[in-house]
Amino acid sequence: MIINHPLLGPCDAQEFTYLGDARLIDRPDGMADGAEDVFYDYAYLRDNPAGQHRELWFHEAGDRSWLVITRNTLTHEIISVELARDVARKQGRSL
Amino acid sequence: MHDLAPLTALGSSAPQSDTIGPVTITENPDMALVSVAARLGQDAACTTALARILGTSAPDVAQFVQGPTLAAFWSAPHCWMVTGPDDPQSDLSTRLKADLPHMASVTDQSGGWVRFDMQGDGLGALFERLCNLDMARMAQGGARRTVIDHLGCFVLCHGGGVTVYGPRSGARSLHDALITAARSVF
Repeated sequence: MIINHPLLGPCDAQEFTYLGDARLIDRPDGMADGAEDVFYDYAYLRDNPAGQHRELWFHEAGDRSWLVITRNTLTHEIISVELARDVARKQGRSL
Repeated sequence: MHDLAPLTALGSSAPQSDTIGPVTITENPDMALVSVAARLGQDAACTTALARILGTSAPDVAQFVQGPTLAAFWSAPHCWMVTGPDDPQSDLSTRLKADLPHMASVTDQSGGWVRFDMQGDGLGALFERLCNLDMARMAQGGARRTVIDHLGCFVLCHGGGVTVYGPRSGARSLHDALITAARSVF
């Protein structure tokens, strides 16, 4: 599998490690009311779709960037690759 | 304490050099290596200041640049490695930290890495066996981090050949990988 890194271009998937669902970026507010239940969901519950899935990948053997990769889990087709930093910044974080 | 004899990463008192076919692989312990990571929101200021220090523009993505005395390569977004002659009288990281006030995290990395300078024809064929970088497309001035023999290494292409930085703790393993690959090619 080739991952088209937004900065470095096509890279072998061997250079990456896989973390899982990209929703891990959306860490809940630990000080909010009902944080315990929200954190339980955040920590333990994952969707496992057969089809399009947004995932976090780490370019461990490269520039050490975290990527958000939208991938079809049935065909391994990669639909989009973004720097996780840019995804977070679009949400108004890490500015 | 001051009578201790310095050893190179390969454990000798003098840097090791091996010539295999047309390629010469030389350990180079005389270069300091310092990482520079721009602080949040200081990207542009740090890039400008680094260019002034280097005497040439700061390296762009996956680039290596050589200035009059210092060289630098890109390691990650808004992170660079700066390398220059190791001078005990004037520590490179101290100088960089003074020249990049409040805009970057500056860390001396010299003791963590081993540097091998490789010269000669046929380096492309050699690196095809060592890593999955496309050296034919990696023109002069290219810099990438990759894996060589399970070790995370920086590979820099420049006018003098190719330089490999690898973890000092794995210096002998990396050296063995380079030598073994060279023998298999030539």
